[in-house]
Amino acid sequence: MKGPLLQVQDLHTRFETYRGTLRAVEGVSLRVARGEIVALVGESGCGKSVTALSIMRLIRAPGKITGGRVFLDGEDLLAKSEAEMRDIRGGRIAMVFQDPLSTLNPTFTVESQITETLRVHGVASGAEARSRAVELLEAMGIPAAKDRLRSYPHELSGGMRQRVMIAIAVSCQPELLIADEPTTGLDVTLQAQIMDLLASIKQERGLATVLITHDLGVVAQFAERAAVMYAGQIVEECPVSQLMAEPLHPYTRGLLRCVPRLGRPDVPISPIDGVVPDLVNLPDGCRFAPRCPAAMERCGQAIPRLYPVGGERTVRCYLHEPPDAPATAREGD
Amino acid sequence: MLRLLFGNRVAVAAGAVVLLFVLAGLAAPVIAPHDPNLQNASAIRVPPLWQAGGTGRHLLGTDSLGRDLLSRMVYGARISILLGVAVVLITLVVGTALGMAAGYFRGWFDLIMSRVVDTLLAFPFLIFALAIMAATGPNLVALVLALAFKGWVDFYRVARGDVLAAREADYVTAARGLGASTPYLLVGEILPNIIPPLIVLATLRMATIIIAEASLSFLGIGVPPSIPAWGTMVSDGRADVAAAWWIATFPGMAILLLVLSVNLFGEGLRDVLDPRMRK
Repeated sequence: MKGPLLQVQDLHTRFETYRGTLRAVEGVSLRVARGEIVALVGESGCGKSVTALSIMRLIRAPGKITGGRVFLDGEDLLAKSEAEMRDIRGGRIAMVFQDPLSTLNPTFTVESQITETLRVHGVASGAEARSRAVELLEAMGIPAAKDRLRSYPHELSGGMRQRVMIAIAVSCQPELLIADEPTTGLDVTLQAQIMDLLASIKQERGLATVLITHDLGVVAQFAERAAVMYAGQIVEECPVSQLMAEPLHPYTRGLLRCVPRLGRPDVPISPIDGVVPDLVNLPDGCRFAPRCPAAMERCGQAIPRLYPVGGERTVRCYLHEPPDAPATAREGD
Repeated sequence: MLRLLFGNRVAVAAGAVVLLFVLAGLAAPVIAPHDPNLQNASAIRVPPLWQAGGTGRHLLGTDSLGRDLLSRMVYGARISILLGVAVVLITLVVGTALGMAAGYFRGWFDLIMSRVVDTLLAFPFLIFALAIMAATGPNLVALVLALAFKGWVDFYRVARGDVLAAREADYVTAARGLGASTPYLLVGEILPNIIPPLIVLATLRMATIIIAEASLSFLGIGVPPSIPAWGTMVSDGRADVAAAWWIATFPGMAILLLVLSVNLFGEGLRDVLDPRMRK
């Protein structure tokens, strides 16, 4: 079947808090083709993880998906029953989280956590599940896989735990993997190993991946396309090579300037002035305008659309507004 | 973990004593030298073996109706432990189930349950049990219910609190992300993580229940008089303490020893299972 594997359309997720409505995700649209690695980039609190949890329908009260659609292979996930979603979670979409120590259940061995997932999804049970578990661990590059089956999560190193998490995630052969900051808690050499592992899994199994990260280095090396998020909205989306070579949105530019360059002490690191807006009291107009060095008067009045700028690229900034575009845009478009 | 427990000598000794009582209770019909309810008018208030007038027929002597004390003690262990285990099991299951449901689902259920629990906490337990037993008269089913009526509250509170913390844990989100259903999450993922403090609490509650049962029996509204129970025996011997000290003393010491052992064992268990509580 053609068409993208995952298509998110105009997703809105809100949290009702005592202070008011927190608009965590507003109008996010995203496409992931089969076998593609798409990065979702942004600072803490920009809505990356909420977007991921919304795709999985794992948002719990006081949070709520208030609008939009999520299609997996053409089927609308937001219209599915909870029971259907349970089969999809872990079966067709799997998730890897940031901290593998807290995402593995401390009271069970590696073996039972892998075989339980296989059993719940009816893939394998008993001795077959056990041998599948060994194969999976070996495929994840875990030495002495058989012995490791008997280990509890606290007995493993950080890198090993993340490999186990990935093994569990891919155990039921999902079509889509959502990796939420998979390398954040690991040191640099391990980061590279884990990312290589994810890349090779993608190669071998044709697994599409949504890579959620704030690490532009990881994005540059492993992702094919990137969507940059700021305060609940996507501000720029394009192939990674273009993003790195020529960032268009002022926020993306600022983000790239925050990354220290190895061996280039002459390039100063310059932080973005100001702070991320309060998601309960968002500014009128462009959400980046209060911090934007290029802000104009109209930036404070209405939110710019995501304007197409050649090829597959879109940017949410008036600087890149095509001359024939309508004057203003709806909020959250 | 077991090695840790065996490393604690006090806990091991206490556990051995508890085990001894349990075995004695189980094997009561075998080891009891006499029928515990057999009255013997010709052997009233026979002192224990080592006192003047004592005899090998009645190692611990007899009571004012000529019943053999040792036999009654052994059967008394049986009823004490049986009631303790039954009541603790009921309260553990009920309290944990309600507490987990309240902690996980929150909402109106939690609200109502927590008010009910607050209300129950304001009840003096013994007075309430007295009221029930006075109304129904001594019978075992009513006794179990009276003892269990409030006991589940402790399990409820521990389970609810721990589930509140566990439901936010990443491994729960991760399990949901892998397709786990809510019942599976509660029983398969969360319960194994919150069970150790509940087991410790169960052990400690056991001691309380045994005391409560003995108190009610002492007051004559616990175990029916046809079943030998330590509380009843203490009560029987109370009037004769000056003339025949052994009638009230031996069952009293049995209560003391069993409750102390259960408590010490429970504390040893807590040190192993719940390191946060370690002194």
